[in-house]
Amino acid sequence: MTYIAKPKFHHPKLPLNDLGLTRRDYEGAMSTLCAGCGHDSVSAAIVEACFELNLPAHRVAKMSGIGCSSKTPTYFLSKSHGFNSVHGRMPSVATGANLANNSLKYIGVSGDGDTASIGFGQFAHAVRRQVDMLYVVENNGTYGLTKGQFSATNDRVSVGRKGQKNAFGAIDLAAMAIQLGASFVARSFSGDKDQLVPLMKAALSHKGFAFIDVISPCVTFNNHIGSTKSFEFVRDHEHTVTGVDYVPHRETITVDYEEGSVIDVTLHDQTRVRLRKLDTGYDLSDQAGALQHIMSHQAKGEVVTGLLYLDAGETELKEKMDMVAAPLNSLGVAELRPGMAALEKINAGLR
Amino acid sequence: MGVNDFVIKFANVNGSGSASANALFAKAIFRMGVPVAPKNIFPSNIQGLPTWFEVRVNDKGYLGRREGIDMMVAMNPQSWDRDVAEVVPGGYLLYDSTFIREIQRDDIKTIGVPLTKMCNERFTIPRERQLFKNVAYVGALTALLDMDFEVVKGMLSEQFRGKDKLIAPNVDALELGRNYALKYFDCPLDIQVVTSDAVGDRILVEGNAAAGLGCVFAGATVAAWYPITPSTSVAEAFEKYCHQLRIEPETGKKKFAIVQAEDELAAIGMAIGANWNGARAFTATSGPGISLMSEFLGLAYFAELPLLLFNIQRGGPSTGMPTRTQQSDIIACAYASHGDTKHVLLFPSDPTECFDFAVQGFDLAERLQTPVIVMSDLDLGMNEWTTKPFTIDETMGFDRGKVLNAEQLDEVERFGRYLDVDGDGIPYRTYPGTHPEKGAFFTRGTSHDEYAGYTEDGTVNARVMLRLSHKFNTAKTLVPAPEFGQKTQGATMGLIHFGTTAVSVPEAMGMLADSQIHLDTMRLRGFPFSQEVDDFILSHDKVFVVEQNRDGQMRSLLVNECGLDPARLVPILNFDGSPITARTIANMVSEHCGQAVADRSASGVAAE
Repeated sequence: MTYIAKPKFHHPKLPLNDLGLTRRDYEGAMSTLCAGCGHDSVSAAIVEACFELNLPAHRVAKMSGIGCSSKTPTYFLSKSHGFNSVHGRMPSVATGANLANNSLKYIGVSGDGDTASIGFGQFAHAVRRQVDMLYVVENNGTYGLTKGQFSATNDRVSVGRKGQKNAFGAIDLAAMAIQLGASFVARSFSGDKDQLVPLMKAALSHKGFAFIDVISPCVTFNNHIGSTKSFEFVRDHEHTVTGVDYVPHRETITVDYEEGSVIDVTLHDQTRVRLRKLDTGYDLSDQAGALQHIMSHQAKGEVVTGLLYLDAGETELKEKMDMVAAPLNSLGVAELRPGMAALEKINAGLR
Repeated sequence: MGVNDFVIKFANVNGSGSASANALFAKAIFRMGVPVAPKNIFPSNIQGLPTWFEVRVNDKGYLGRREGIDMMVAMNPQSWDRDVAEVVPGGYLLYDSTFIREIQRDDIKTIGVPLTKMCNERFTIPRERQLFKNVAYVGALTALLDMDFEVVKGMLSEQFRGKDKLIAPNVDALELGRNYALKYFDCPLDIQVVTSDAVGDRILVEGNAAAGLGCVFAGATVAAWYPITPSTSVAEAFEKYCHQLRIEPETGKKKFAIVQAEDELAAIGMAIGANWNGARAFTATSGPGISLMSEFLGLAYFAELPLLLFNIQRGGPSTGMPTRTQQSDIIACAYASHGDTKHVLLFPSDPTECFDFAVQGFDLAERLQTPVIVMSDLDLGMNEWTTKPFTIDETMGFDRGKVLNAEQLDEVERFGRYLDVDGDGIPYRTYPGTHPEKGAFFTRGTSHDEYAGYTEDGTVNARVMLRLSHKFNTAKTLVPAPEFGQKTQGATMGLIHFGTTAVSVPEAMGMLADSQIHLDTMRLRGFPFSQEVDDFILSHDKVFVVEQNRDGQMRSLLVNECGLDPARLVPILNFDGSPITARTIANMVSEHCGQAVADRSASGVAAE
């Protein structure tokens, strides 16, 4: 259960960051997700990124919707305020929070159901408005809490656990984010800590809407033969699956690969994911090129990861709205309420 | 029908430029010191369909809508027959005599002015010819009704200040109509406007403009909204007044943020996010938007987040009558959302209260940490009302409620977001980013304990739900108290009303008094109902509940919340989309009492 607190004591020689804090200071409550869930690796990456970035945890706000992924903000940064809102509506709540106080860091965590279906509209408009936040989708192609329905990011060819066919094509959220004008778009893999942590650090340092689509396999409902969001699908065909819906190991999933090559990464449980590191000469500022890159590799059954698009010159919401420097929530009566004299003038104008 | 007491109606074609001429006419009467109630009766359409503008002029201050038209300015051939039929016997029909019209009635007086012909002769640009017809009939009316011509002329100069070239042709058109009327008719008629001081220091303003202005004075900094008639002008007014009053002089930057959201769900989500983060934020909508916002309202109720929401009610259900008025969202708002939810409602009766309830509404929402819904309607929101001037108490700050800052958190041993420390059911909150070590919590709509921790323990959940009930009881003592009328007469029957129904009640009481029917009245201003509401009902044998919906929603709410025998409450209902009239109220009450209201001709309704 999410109320299970982790013990606070830690080894006296744990490394400290510039704020004199350990990684433990950035952790949250004990996760209640399935053992081996990719999402826990994403939470760990957020902890690592915030630790390494020396962020004061109380200056971070954690926003989420509903679903397995949206539960995770309880599992990191316990000293931050969090808001677990309604299904698919995190973008609007984050937008409002951002307008009230732009001096905090906002980390939004959502899932593929939360973002690509019920909240697709709100996602699109948060991107369009360039809300200054890190928006992470923990993408597993399935609805976990309601026990394994297809989500809108599940590939057309991907079948359900009982062999059900998926009639509809997938929404590629990274491609959508690029098309909608997000100024920072990346895709990563929950097992690839070495890639994910630097991406998160970059995203948290980015001003504007930073989007990371993290492929984060659902070990319970979408890790079977025939699923393209399973490790097995992208595994090298030389290897055999040892078990469907079975989690043999509980260690953190990690990958390591060389730049510029397509590689099948062997994971701790003998599953694999095919990853493509960005090609040499890839132009990060080319929207159309990024889309073409994603689509052409997708056609080959490959998942493109890494930083896909960056527009460091784009302004964010607060600038677009031409707001004062001080956070709106810091303004008091003196700054906000005109006096009776101003009101008398308005009255006079209405006579 | 008479001096400073009549109803005039303009029948126009939507999009023909009549609105500004008609508004000019109404404002001129107001400027002459005579109370007016102009009402737009408009279609859900941009151009071409019939639209009406009805102005009640009454120096006794009876400004509710009144049946019977004393003078019809019939400019629309599409609606000609029904417009002519609406004129009371002995009333007047002003029409464009350029065209031959068949007038089937011989009990009304006709005034034909060749508006099209005159304007075509005088003006060359086609658009001017069209627009100035409207100004010309106002000109004719100044003569027919003996209005102060200098006032009207002065208003044109004001209206076109900065576009001075337009003043002369407008005055020209005005004089064109005026001179024709003076030449061909026996001016003035028996209905007239005589300069008076009955307006006093009152102002003429729309409820939505007042609400938007109230939000500025309440310190609202974030507004998120989605366009929907009839609420759109709340956000527009907020924006207009913010541009006047909330620009940082040194930088020219905005001390506000207004977002036109992608839908009502996003609008309320943004307002909730901003309030959660310590900025005063609001949204405005109408019935369909309320339906869309319901899930979020439940979240705000359960997670205990302040929010001010304006519901400018229109005709329902579904898309209903988007441009007509009703009070038919009472139940939908009182209990909006799934699960056990209840919301604080405020019922403004005039624009002054729209302003005041915006200011008080934020204080209430933050004090109670819950959504507060201001239940206005189209009639109040989109029409100009003669109303008391706006005031604020400069000695009072904003009541931000129970919010702990960093120093206060240092004093607290263990912060519990949902702990009832003071016994009033209202816990303490913290804004994100306040303290490095203390006060952080996770806001969620799922069941939680007193320390905001997730729990599925039913006992804990029940405890939280009961505390929320207790908080709602506290709200009874904080919402605006009801107002009472004729309390001293000790009548055995009472009448409850609220919102825009109030404007017709004094006149209805006068009519009923003439028939020896005496009632005590109570105007509800807030929900949950305070003890005074129960007491009023229980101290009368029978209580009428007047409302503008089909099902007697306020009556149901009273029966339910006060635990009353339904037989005590008699519904008086109007739900045709037009504002309820005094005569409707009086007729239905007297019918119930088995008595006829003292007979007066429709045109002479004004009570003594």
